[in-house]
Amino acid sequence: MKQTFAIGIGGAAGQGVATPGDIFAKIFSRRGLNLNAYNAYQSIIRGGHTFLTIRTGPEKVTNMGDRIDLFIPLNQDSMDRHLKLLTAGAACIYNADTIKSGAAADGVQLCPLPVSELADITRNKVAQNTLAIGAGLHMMGIGFAALEEVLREQFKKKGEAVVAENIGVARAGYDYAAAHFTAFANPLPKTENKYAILSGNVAMAMGGAAAGVKFYCAYPMSPSTGVLHWMAAHARKAGIMVRQVEDEIGVINMTIGAAQAGVRAMCATSGGGFALMSEGLGMSAMIETPVVVINCQRAGPSTGVPTKTEQGDLWQMLGAAFGDYPRIIAAPLDIGDCFKLIPELFNLADRFQCPGLVLCDLLLSEGRLSVHPNDLDFSPPIDRGELITAANGNGALSAASTNGGYKRYKITDSGVSPRAVPGLPGHIHTVATDEHQEDGVLISDEFTNPVKRRAMMEKRMRKVAGIEAAVPPPALSGPRNADVTLIGWGSTQGVIEEACELLNEQGISTNQLQIRWLVPLHGEAILEILNGSRHTIIVENNYSGQFARYLRSETSFVASGHIRKYDGEPFMPHHIADAVKEQLAGNTKLSVPMHEIMV
Amino acid sequence: MASSVQRASQLNMADLKGKVDPDWCPGCGDFGVLAALQKALVELQIPTHNVVTISGIGCSSNLPGYINTYGMHTLHGRALAVATGLKLANHELTVIVTGGDGDGFGIGGNHFVHTMRRNVDLLYIVMDNQIYGLTTGQTSPTSRVGMKTKSMPFGNIEAPVNPISLALAAGATFIARGFSGEQKHLTELIKQGIEHKGFSFLDVFSPCVTYNHDNTYQWFRPRVKKLEDDSAYDSSDWTAAMEKSLLWGEEIPIGKFFERTDVPTLHGAELVLNEGPLVHRELRVPADAARSFIKELM
Repeated sequence: MKQTFAIGIGGAAGQGVATPGDIFAKIFSRRGLNLNAYNAYQSIIRGGHTFLTIRTGPEKVTNMGDRIDLFIPLNQDSMDRHLKLLTAGAACIYNADTIKSGAAADGVQLCPLPVSELADITRNKVAQNTLAIGAGLHMMGIGFAALEEVLREQFKKKGEAVVAENIGVARAGYDYAAAHFTAFANPLPKTENKYAILSGNVAMAMGGAAAGVKFYCAYPMSPSTGVLHWMAAHARKAGIMVRQVEDEIGVINMTIGAAQAGVRAMCATSGGGFALMSEGLGMSAMIETPVVVINCQRAGPSTGVPTKTEQGDLWQMLGAAFGDYPRIIAAPLDIGDCFKLIPELFNLADRFQCPGLVLCDLLLSEGRLSVHPNDLDFSPPIDRGELITAANGNGALSAASTNGGYKRYKITDSGVSPRAVPGLPGHIHTVATDEHQEDGVLISDEFTNPVKRRAMMEKRMRKVAGIEAAVPPPALSGPRNADVTLIGWGSTQGVIEEACELLNEQGISTNQLQIRWLVPLHGEAILEILNGSRHTIIVENNYSGQFARYLRSETSFVASGHIRKYDGEPFMPHHIADAVKEQLAGNTKLSVPMHEIMV
Repeated sequence: MASSVQRASQLNMADLKGKVDPDWCPGCGDFGVLAALQKALVELQIPTHNVVTISGIGCSSNLPGYINTYGMHTLHGRALAVATGLKLANHELTVIVTGGDGDGFGIGGNHFVHTMRRNVDLLYIVMDNQIYGLTTGQTSPTSRVGMKTKSMPFGNIEAPVNPISLALAAGATFIARGFSGEQKHLTELIKQGIEHKGFSFLDVFSPCVTYNHDNTYQWFRPRVKKLEDDSAYDSSDWTAAMEKSLLWGEEIPIGKFFERTDVPTLHGAELVLNEGPLVHRELRVPADAARSFIKELM
């Protein structure tokens, strides 16, 4: 079992949960450790309860894990909620002046800090947080210099006095722990690696910049807003026009307008906003103007739980917009993939002149992961497809020559018609959401012609075969002859992978089939894999088994069992491992694990 | 919009003719608007490949198919949003948005207000016939109280929107009203609207001869009075414009209600566009910028 260490910090919104989280994250990352951070929070600016989990280790850390090693409750409520999660070897550092500990399990070290004795709490309101960071780092076996460096950066803007004050307080916590608390059994190691730490939203925004996005617009909606924030903050450096729009209907239409002018254009939203974009997606497909649209799923339906994760929008996305049309739908597998996927999807959308949709979720959008800087490639391959960039040679500006013989919707074997953008002489045409003939003239009004309609429909839909050939089928990871095959899609990649490790360690050989490309699905390749599997279980973060139903509709494949979770919180590895055992014992075919962390 | 105007050689009316003829009902006011628009483009001599005509859905929104410029026939109510994106991606293009009163003031009302306050540099022509035509005659947002339609057979009981007052309140920087029956006047307003740097709103009385039997050519003709004929009228005076906008009945003003030139356009205010249109930029982020984006995460 690989070495990891997880810290849980709980408190009310506005109490400063984020700052200690950032400080720990920086220190871990600078030691060359991987990390994964997930913040369970509510839709409130001050108050309520938030619980941040930061898990670190020398090897890849893909999820929040099953265990809290160090718990720092910032108020009584957090202590009361979470102390019971700790098991032998874990520790709880808390402000002894304001918080009373409850009964802890055997082997749990309670570490009360006499905050008012160690710091001047009239001057430093967050002294308890800084003391706890200092104490915790000592117990992890990390030298004080690492903390001093980060505090210096953190408070630099507030002047030397504030820097010195915070370093002093942290030092007091560090020394107090040295004298009074027992260090953790395994000190945190150090490696030579250097990682960037980023959220999925930042990754998707940066992936957009790397793909050459020149126009981004959005309406604020959790959990997608981080994309807008990154774009807005970096717009000038990256040369991107960023707009906040009146609603998501405006967003999708503005994005399509920019794309029609010839730039790569992107937008992001969550389920509710995506619902409003539905009609626009049909336009993108009908006028054959490529856009990339990101849906960061949150728990629905309706306003739902804005700060909680879910994989509940698959069928909305599959059914978005009326009529049949070609499109691509992909679900990033982790935060690094959030970056990588965007340039890939733009290339496909440009090549096939259709919408490219990203089905992300809060877990990735707002979670944070250490990613190797080499995996953030700002020079990915770029393929703009059949985009005509030169005038057709006549150079004349009068209309008689500008009509030429150009047909925007020329019927081709691939279904893709070379695309010219406004401003280019010699290619004047009108794109239309009404059904049209090759030159763009409407056939929907007085000239409707079944032969032409059929030809245009078939032209567009021929792209589907091309898209399928351009996208790789999914692959099985783990032993081919495993007892159990776990099937997941998108953001559950990491947690299922760790569940497989747990199960394999416990003698239940398990492999994993993780789906990244939802459309095209490559149903035949999936069937070939699954027909060779013994016991198949589909794991997904929703109530009805949306992927299970989709897989069944595409392949007639019925899985042996299902593990589902729809309480707003992500899976933990043991949820999946325990459910597999329960199902192998024949107790049930549908497991719905209970989330033990009450947030 | 003058910066985007490049003079062409000998552009004439025939050059602006679309691939097909309009399928509007004989006598429809929209013919007059199309002709005035084509005439204005000829008089301004803007190369047709640098013009994009964008519409929503409805009878009047079929216009881009009937004029030989680049065109987009988009979704009902969404033309202004599409046009904003297109203009921001290539602000060298001359963008003209056309549509009807249902498209612009009903389903597209939200975009109408926000496009005006943003001062997006484009001309928005509404062919206002106070009725839904393509859906065969229902009440529209500009239908007068009492008007009987298929959707309100006992008479409309909802107050109409006043497009001119709304545009004034929303911050449009060029606001005018034309009448399809006044060709020369309308052509002049379109030219001014194209040349104005910022959002130009042109509401045009464009009678529906099939479904609106109240607001006909005959009804409008004796009522419309050109603001240009009143030498005392000052179109830079917002309050005067607001007062004029409220007139309806025996006297209905047409012409330029309001113009101001001191508000930056949206593309002009955004520093990202200082280096020229987005569409002409390198796709790649500069290497030093890319490095700094990663460095700030470490």
